[in-house]
Amino acid sequence: MDHITFLVAVVIVTALAFDFTNGFHDTANAMATSIATGALAPRTAVLISGVLNVVGAFLSTEVAKTISGGIVDDTLVSPGMIFAGLVGAILWNLLTWLVGLPSSSSHALFGGLIGAVWVGAGSHGVNFEKVVEKVLVPAVASPVVAGVAALLATYLAYRLTDRARKESVTKGFRIGQIASASLVSLAHGTNDAQKTMGVITLTLISAGALGHDAGPPLWVIASAGIAIGLGTYLGGWRIIRTMGKGLTEIQSPQGFAAETASTAVILTSAHLGFALSTTQVASGSILGAGLGRRLAEVRWGVAGRMAVAWLITLPAAALVGGLAASVVQSGGDLGTAVVALVGAALAAGIVVVSRRNPVHAHNVNDAHEVTIRTEPPAKVGTAA
Amino acid sequence: MHLDWTALGQVAAASTGVTVAVVVVFALGVLGLAQLEGARDRQGRTFALGLTQAVLCFLACAAVVAYGIFLIVPQFH
Repeated sequence: MDHITFLVAVVIVTALAFDFTNGFHDTANAMATSIATGALAPRTAVLISGVLNVVGAFLSTEVAKTISGGIVDDTLVSPGMIFAGLVGAILWNLLTWLVGLPSSSSHALFGGLIGAVWVGAGSHGVNFEKVVEKVLVPAVASPVVAGVAALLATYLAYRLTDRARKESVTKGFRIGQIASASLVSLAHGTNDAQKTMGVITLTLISAGALGHDAGPPLWVIASAGIAIGLGTYLGGWRIIRTMGKGLTEIQSPQGFAAETASTAVILTSAHLGFALSTTQVASGSILGAGLGRRLAEVRWGVAGRMAVAWLITLPAAALVGGLAASVVQSGGDLGTAVVALVGAALAAGIVVVSRRNPVHAHNVNDAHEVTIRTEPPAKVGTAA
Repeated sequence: MHLDWTALGQVAAASTGVTVAVVVVFALGVLGLAQLEGARDRQGRTFALGLTQAVLCFLACAAVVAYGIFLIVPQFH
């Protein structure tokens, strides 16, 4: 184990921390609509999702291989750059969670890595063609496809069940939602846990602890699966609220249509090797399902803010990643420690700010907005 | 730069087709269920028809779910 230096150990811990934020950031993708329609109780939903994420992580290591070999040049990447990239991704994930925006964890990770490699090794370390082909094109195409599919399906579902008893229809689709949401969670586990496995494997390869074409060792698969599962179980309630309540008022036929569309897009594209963002697919589906029900209200302001968050996720994470990389590069182990401490302090700060107006399992469906400021006190004198 | 438009088109067509098919079949199954619950007579035609429709539709959906799980788990291929 003489290859595992201080830096490599820090990178592995940071990667698992990112995986954890990935988990709670993305619980909403599978479960937001099920929670909003009452198909699943909030706590049950996150438990199912967490378990299926862990199961999914063990099932497939297909994507783990493509992340480490393509977007950035493996041979130029140092553990320091990976660390810097991860810090960028984690901070961006936490910031978007604070304001309840479902941005893509995958884009945050890619952005952080691209920024760090660019600063650390120069622009030739980044394979821009691959970035466009593997990241940007699917990012634009997948939510549109999912949205159109969910729109059509929702419209037809309402047309077909128009005359039937409303209670029977609602109940039937609620039960269907449990199956469709579980499938999204499983697919998510096979996709996203693998990104962290890919990153840890990339680190071990760059430190010389693994051969160049090695797959992830068992302990990497296990720890990545558990980290994402725990994160999912904790539940990113702020984002669940935005996706389940904020975009549109979801009914159970819409929830079923949206989740089916998400599963279909994720599975078909994973089959063809596109690394897409579950978050963007799920948001596209929910939007489509909102439009598919006649007279359903879509809050375009929320949709617009989400679209902006998508656009800036990659560059913002790249910026933080690049900044962290320059500190790590000039400061060595000391620089790494400084970046780790500053990163941890910022993360803690964000969590403290979120406490001012917490969203949790009990109040997630009560409102459709996520605010940061404290509500005005109901009674004078009780404000802290 | 090489963009695989065929693959992209395939993803779009396949996922839209599957989504619409599954949701329509499931909706028909729910309709069958609604008929079941609405039927006054447990021996009547409406009840039998509703039951058959619901069972067939939900079986078809279960088959698609099974295929989805098959796709997710590489050990099955």
